[in-house]
Amino acid sequence: MSAEKHHDAEIDPVTGYETTGHDWNGIRELNTPFPRIVIWALALTFLYSVIAWVLLPAWPIGRDYTRGVLGLDQRQVAMQGFAALEKARDDWMAGFAAGDLDALAADPALMARAMPAARRLFADNCAACHGTRATGGPGFPDLTDADWLWGGSPAAIVETLRVGINSGHPDTRVSQMPAFGRDGLLPREVVQAVADYVLALPGGAAGQHHAGAQAFAENCVACHGETGSGGLGTGAPALAGGRWIYGGDRATVLATIHGGRQGVMPSWADRLSAAEINLLAVYVSRLGANGQRAEAP
Amino acid sequence: MIASLSMPERQSGLILAIGLAVLGLAMLGAAKEGPMAVHGAMAMVLGILLAFALAGALFEPDAPAGRTALYYDEPTRFGIAMTLVWALIGMSIGVWVAALLYWPEATPLWPATSFGRLRPVHTTGVIFGFGGNALIATSLHVLQRTSRARLADSVTPWFVLIGYNLFCAWAVTGYLMGSTQSKEYAEAEWYADLWLVVVWVAYFALYLRTLARRNEPHIYVANWYYLAFILVVAMLHIVNNIALPVSLAGSRSFTVWAGIQDAMVQWWYGHNAVAFFLTAGFLGMLYYFLPVRAERPIWSYRLSIVSFWGIVFFYIWVGSHHLHYTALPYWVQTLGMTFSVMLLVPSWASAGNAIATLNGAWHKVRDDATLRFMFVAAVFYGLSTFEGSFLAIRPVNSLSHYTDWTVGHVHSGTLGWVAMIIFGALYTLVPQLSGRRTMAWPKAIEWHFWLSVTGTLIYVVAMWNAGITQGLMWRTYGANGGLAYSFLESVMAMAPYYLLRTVGGALFLAGAAICALNVRATMLAAPAAAGATDRPLLPQAAE
Repeated sequence: MSAEKHHDAEIDPVTGYETTGHDWNGIRELNTPFPRIVIWALALTFLYSVIAWVLLPAWPIGRDYTRGVLGLDQRQVAMQGFAALEKARDDWMAGFAAGDLDALAADPALMARAMPAARRLFADNCAACHGTRATGGPGFPDLTDADWLWGGSPAAIVETLRVGINSGHPDTRVSQMPAFGRDGLLPREVVQAVADYVLALPGGAAGQHHAGAQAFAENCVACHGETGSGGLGTGAPALAGGRWIYGGDRATVLATIHGGRQGVMPSWADRLSAAEINLLAVYVSRLGANGQRAEAP
Repeated sequence: MIASLSMPERQSGLILAIGLAVLGLAMLGAAKEGPMAVHGAMAMVLGILLAFALAGALFEPDAPAGRTALYYDEPTRFGIAMTLVWALIGMSIGVWVAALLYWPEATPLWPATSFGRLRPVHTTGVIFGFGGNALIATSLHVLQRTSRARLADSVTPWFVLIGYNLFCAWAVTGYLMGSTQSKEYAEAEWYADLWLVVVWVAYFALYLRTLARRNEPHIYVANWYYLAFILVVAMLHIVNNIALPVSLAGSRSFTVWAGIQDAMVQWWYGHNAVAFFLTAGFLGMLYYFLPVRAERPIWSYRLSIVSFWGIVFFYIWVGSHHLHYTALPYWVQTLGMTFSVMLLVPSWASAGNAIATLNGAWHKVRDDATLRFMFVAAVFYGLSTFEGSFLAIRPVNSLSHYTDWTVGHVHSGTLGWVAMIIFGALYTLVPQLSGRRTMAWPKAIEWHFWLSVTGTLIYVVAMWNAGITQGLMWRTYGANGGLAYSFLESVMAMAPYYLLRTVGGALFLAGAAICALNVRATMLAAPAAAGATDRPLLPQAAE
């Protein structure tokens, strides 16, 4: 390639600069002097970089690297940050770590500081199943009513949170509603009669002479209580209160008796600290006691 | 297409088509089922169709004599058509997945339509389908005009374009079937990656061979950018995609990189895909079509050269800024951060050079929507590169990282810069290729322009707000020293922004649809008042 030019350099009338003389399919270039501001900007950003390199860990040298005069280590910085945050929570969190929950719950000033944190913990960890208002949903119990599967005292809730229900935890709470129909424990017509009996429980229409009464007495009362009142700490829910975990329509009750249920609540022992579990337990127990709902986020 | 090929070229094409059909059959036979078998079947069908078309054409009239005295623009036309097909696919899926974020319950109960599978269809569709075809199509045009030479041969450009689009089709259909390497912007599996290497090397060779035949003493700066794009993308693609297939008869593979090295290689690739695919290539496009449309000389020759080397040198260091506050050693983060800040200078120098080139043509920017597209592209290029350097500063990144601010930043670059420069280039190029002075519907360009600008602004502003809101909610502590907001609350706060983002994206898509129809009408319209825009080719030896 020769260096000959297609066009001689000429003066651009708009800018007053000379063109370079190159020409590509009509495109030309101006021989504008290099703008000084670009050099200054480059110098400025380079200065910023040099300062950062001096202060912070920056350049590798063999298997090591320059540490920077500030001596920062990102892991250390993060751990210090966490420690400072923990210290800021210490005035109220320490009590929850110690664990006299009834005394803590009786201190309104402490509750005022602690409950917003509990609300956030609930929304981050529990709301996915129990709902943002803690009112549950199909398969997940309502935590705002007075019915408890495993007890509604703070201590009982702490234990449920710690070990879970039908979870993988070695001490897990275990409960199972047998599949009376599918496993052939009861004939089909008896399953239907018991379903009708259970459906009649809340209205008080389920008397001794009901077709399902005998089968209910033989098969259900051990866990659900004679009157279907639940609350025996067996994990079996109340049937008489008109509140249902899986649904109170006939088809769902039939499906429950036929196929059984074995709901799972995970163990939170590995995810939450003991203090956090205590905090949540107080929060959840208060939802039940006052019949109040979780504040929607 | 085929009419433009000579008899020996048709024969070479026939051999390649049969080769493709055999490759497809081999993949189908080896895999028998799953994504690789489907992809083998796709390649086989494509190969057979091409083979029939080429074999039939052996009995048709030869290519017109004297064709070597003309530029070869048929591949560019095909590339433009594919650019717009992919634009419509990629952007439609983008609007759909944006809507799913607002109405997640609308997800159909069909695995192929889950957000996780559709999202890479959007990104691959717009980056590689839309952007990649636009780059290849325009590069072949620019290369010939600025070299004053016809493409080195007539078969390779078809191999490159058809092969590249087969890669894109393999990639997106693979995602729908759940096939992915789980590397962002490099999701396609090992055999598709190998195929792309072959196609890409052919592209690079075609570029160099044509450049070697040039009749201009100097290589125009646009070609430097296009070459950097081709060369570095090849390097990035190969290194990041090194993987061991579980079996040669199946689509699954495992990357050879592990742990933090894998993350670093991925973001070295990921950020330089932004740098060399979405920036260098499109700067090549800008450096050709902006001065052509404005009919002004490039404002500063020196600045264009220095910026090129600045961009190429600084960009390659900055990928680690995607891994701030992670297991990546602090010193690597510091280097990524500082080089990102220095990178701003050549980036702004390029944007400034483009805008200063419009000196003396501002009345055209006012009157001509095509040139306005390119002006807005240069402005958004400046904005996004400033934002990029800013977000790379570690403390700023601690607020922005993992939030929708990142999404806003990417879209200010891709909608505002990349797509706008593509549209400006297309509206300049398509009339020329169709032997016309203007597009078929000149007023539709104005509509497209305002839809694009409005859509981009709505999208980007919504995502800025969304991201900063998220970032602040995640780090706000209450008076008791505990986090003030649950994660759920930060998700619920996004609703209005996600709705706005969907609206902005839909406006942008509407503009792209108008563009596609306009380009189609222009390509099909009879030539009207053709203007001789190109310098004639110099006589040259046949290939």
